[in-house]
Amino acid sequence: MMEILGQLTDGIWLALLPVNLMLIIIGVTLGLFIGAMPGLGSVNGVAILLPITFLVPPASAIIFLAAIYYGAMYGGAISSITLGIPGASTAVATTFDGRPLALQGKARLALVTAALASFIGGTVANLLFTGFAPLLASVALSFGPPEIFALMLLAFATFVGLGGDDIPKTIFSICIGLVLAAVGFDEISGEPRLIFGDISGFMHGINFLVLAIGVYGIGEMLWTIDSTRGKITSTETKMTVKGTIEDAKYGMKHSWKGTTIGSFLGFFVGILPAAGATPGSLMAYGVAKLTSKNPEKFGKGHPEGVAAPEAANNSASTGSMLPMLTLGIPGSPTTAILLGGMVIWGLTPGPRLFIDQPEFVWGLIGSFYVSNFFALVVNLSFIPLFIAMLRMPFTILASMIFVLSVVGGYAATRDMHDVWLMLGFGFAAYILRKLDFPLAPAVLAIVLGPIAEPTLRQSLLLSSGDPAIFFNRPIAGPITVVAIILILLPLFKFFWFKYRGVKEVA
Amino acid sequence: MRLAEIITTCVLALFSIYLMWKSTELEIGYVSDEGPGGGAWPFWLSAIMLICTGFIIKNSITRKSVPSQASEPLLDSYGKKMLLTVGGGILGFVALIDIISMYGAMFVFLFYYLKILGQHTWKLSLTISIVTPIVFFFFFEALMRITLPKGMPFLEPLFNFLNTIIY
Amino acid sequence: MSLRKKIAAATVGLVALSSAGIANAWEPTKPIDFVIMAGAGGGADQIARFIQSVAEKGKMTPRPLIPNNKGGGSGAEALIALNTSKDPDHTILVTLNSFFTTPLRQPNLGIDIGTFTPVAMMGVDPFVLWVHKDRGINTFEDWQSKVKEADGEWVMGGTGKGQEDSLVTTWLEQNYGMKIKYIPYKGGGAVAKDLAGQQIMSSVNNPSEAKGFYQNGDVVPLVSFSDERLPLVADVPTVKELGKDFSYYNQRAVVGAPGMSDEAAAYYQNLFKEIYDSEEWQGYMASESLSPLWMDAAEQKTYWQTQVDRHKELLAKMAK
Repeated sequence: MMEILGQLTDGIWLALLPVNLMLIIIGVTLGLFIGAMPGLGSVNGVAILLPITFLVPPASAIIFLAAIYYGAMYGGAISSITLGIPGASTAVATTFDGRPLALQGKARLALVTAALASFIGGTVANLLFTGFAPLLASVALSFGPPEIFALMLLAFATFVGLGGDDIPKTIFSICIGLVLAAVGFDEISGEPRLIFGDISGFMHGINFLVLAIGVYGIGEMLWTIDSTRGKITSTETKMTVKGTIEDAKYGMKHSWKGTTIGSFLGFFVGILPAAGATPGSLMAYGVAKLTSKNPEKFGKGHPEGVAAPEAANNSASTGSMLPMLTLGIPGSPTTAILLGGMVIWGLTPGPRLFIDQPEFVWGLIGSFYVSNFFALVVNLSFIPLFIAMLRMPFTILASMIFVLSVVGGYAATRDMHDVWLMLGFGFAAYILRKLDFPLAPAVLAIVLGPIAEPTLRQSLLLSSGDPAIFFNRPIAGPITVVAIILILLPLFKFFWFKYRGVKEVA
Repeated sequence: MRLAEIITTCVLALFSIYLMWKSTELEIGYVSDEGPGGGAWPFWLSAIMLICTGFIIKNSITRKSVPSQASEPLLDSYGKKMLLTVGGGILGFVALIDIISMYGAMFVFLFYYLKILGQHTWKLSLTISIVTPIVFFFFFEALMRITLPKGMPFLEPLFNFLNTIIY
Repeated sequence: MSLRKKIAAATVGLVALSSAGIANAWEPTKPIDFVIMAGAGGGADQIARFIQSVAEKGKMTPRPLIPNNKGGGSGAEALIALNTSKDPDHTILVTLNSFFTTPLRQPNLGIDIGTFTPVAMMGVDPFVLWVHKDRGINTFEDWQSKVKEADGEWVMGGTGKGQEDSLVTTWLEQNYGMKIKYIPYKGGGAVAKDLAGQQIMSSVNNPSEAKGFYQNGDVVPLVSFSDERLPLVADVPTVKELGKDFSYYNQRAVVGAPGMSDEAAAYYQNLFKEIYDSEEWQGYMASESLSPLWMDAAEQKTYWQTQVDRHKELLAKMAK
């Protein structure tokens, strides 16, 4: 342990060298803007900068990449809050409460809370990483298909209450998301599936961002213009240091629980290679709501609803480094590219990395600590700029949102087909929104569907078609039972009250 | 809005049926020893969607749902105008991408939105609609190395020249 | 270089270009669409991005290679993208064996790989049979008897029916008279991870995918499906040594879009020869256990034909 701390301190000092510090600040700033751009995420930042890192020594290169990674994680929340479009799949849940806060003129509160929660999430993850990495790697290994499916079931269960009051519409929304997630290719039989009209653009499936940007960037914007008659007047307060500090205090006071839940839950979901940061942040939101004393405040602009997913996605993104480093398995496209980078630097990720290359591992983690801190500082200092953006006349802001949506819809897959699809989703979402269909469940379902379906079927293949596999395994069993109880809870409550009501009358 | 709700839901019901039919291209049943086939997941979920549409229509007819209690139409005159001008604008934007490139289309859309819909001054409208594509070009092509659509071949010399600047 | 300098240089370049006319050899004038026949994160993707970074590091191209993942439909999407490319001179593809199998399995796509332009064969990735160390199996013979004992309950993971590893798995079943339960996964990395976590019993993985777990002693190699013993696992016999004439590799090759001009094809052939000979690529092949196999354009065309015939046979056997 002392050895680890020594190496970690070395790593932190290395990151604090003037040259490296400069790289961190540039990296974090760049990452922040990349992350804030809808359709772009840390994966783009890292992919582009990987070749550049050959020009600097590997140690500095790693620090630079870590800085971009952290910057992008913070940046995702910015477009979720200010524009209402999730900047990345990990920031979907942030829109649920972040956008309402911004519309109420509390964008500053939302942004500050998101930044602080991200910082705490990142720090918790770094500490867990430092203390327990090898142990956690074996936990990740014990999660096979049945465990992952049970976890997805749990993720859905935490979201049972998310939809509106109209139950058939909510179920419809979940199902259509799950069906759209099935488009493209059936992994198990290896056959193409639901290729509408034999259009090759459907072969890569429907990217989550295409639906999310369509629903939030186009549909929600059209609805906003319509319902406010285009006369949105921003009541956004000015940016003052004192106000920011007050917001920070208020935000943290009302969301410490969500932040804690997000930090830990996010990390544990994040270290599972098949799951990753997006389910982690969604589950954190669901659990924060489920355990809150005021669940009815969620979705209407509750700081806790911003803090929980933001703490979780930051924590989970750090966590997703763990399977990459310890198992050599990339948990996300971003880590896949980093993995490629490590191979280029002559390192072999895998169980031996911590033993053979300790200075690399702890240097990387050291730069995580430093990057996380500077990401917070840079993010906070840019908040006035993002707030100022909200004060722009609405027609300017709206046109920018539409441009960002179209470009983001293209950049996600670089296929014009997906831009048209996004537009279609956008118009459909506008009409359905007016008819009181909840759309968030569909967006969640398209994220979780591609994980849930293959793991369900892999599990059943393993058990020769026997569903008992979800109950009789030591990890999957308890998770499945909890998930089922959570799903049935609203029904129990319903009948309980009915029964009691009857008794009281009698 | 009740009629609109019923009609929309009927369209969704038809869509569900289409999805069910499309899913039958793969095995939709339970293969013994293997679990559900490749079409089962979308097929049965679409079936649930179809059932839901039934309930939605029922709620609408009995005026239990929120939209069915509202008296205003789905799209009033403002809504129709908005959909035509704003929605049509975006549609035009996307349609133009393949012809005059992402950057050209962006310029046209921004200028249309700011000058015609936003009634901003010439100076402001032109500045924003010229500067934005340029910023996007440098951000995406040079910095992010993401190529956005370049439109029809007649623009090729222009972009080839721009490429010599950024690379 | 500052922007102003760049503009100045570009202007000079433009003037020079117009005066020099078309005497110069062909060079790309816009970013090269570097299509990858697999999703982000897989083995093929890692190789493609490695190649891109080698080109970038050596400043080998005047315009960048832009990786473009099109993994949909077992690579069908990538093949269609190349077939319909509006600019064949700036479109190249990193392939694996689905370059041969996907057009065979989905004839309705109307893809004739004979029309594609050969560029470079960068190497081939061998396959090895792995088992978890706790199974207590140390030889291929041991493995055979254990699988037969399990009688259809032996679980192997792979990347999907019709994919490279599944062809090898089917071959094992048919040539050693055994029944195996095959679970498809998203990628080879996920298979290796679930083997190390004992979710599955054995796997056919590329050495690069299982290397980390092998070096840590979690998984044991039993037999390799290569022509010669692999340096990484030098003690492990090849299936040929054990008496069956069989070997199977995944190709890591680059091809150009149909209709690419001869000048452009020559340019890319030279470019990838340079990358192939680079210290980085040679080092990568050694560390990731790829077998070097350079081929020029004519050799590749012949190789394609033999591979198409071979895969036709393997797929036909699999359908049985």
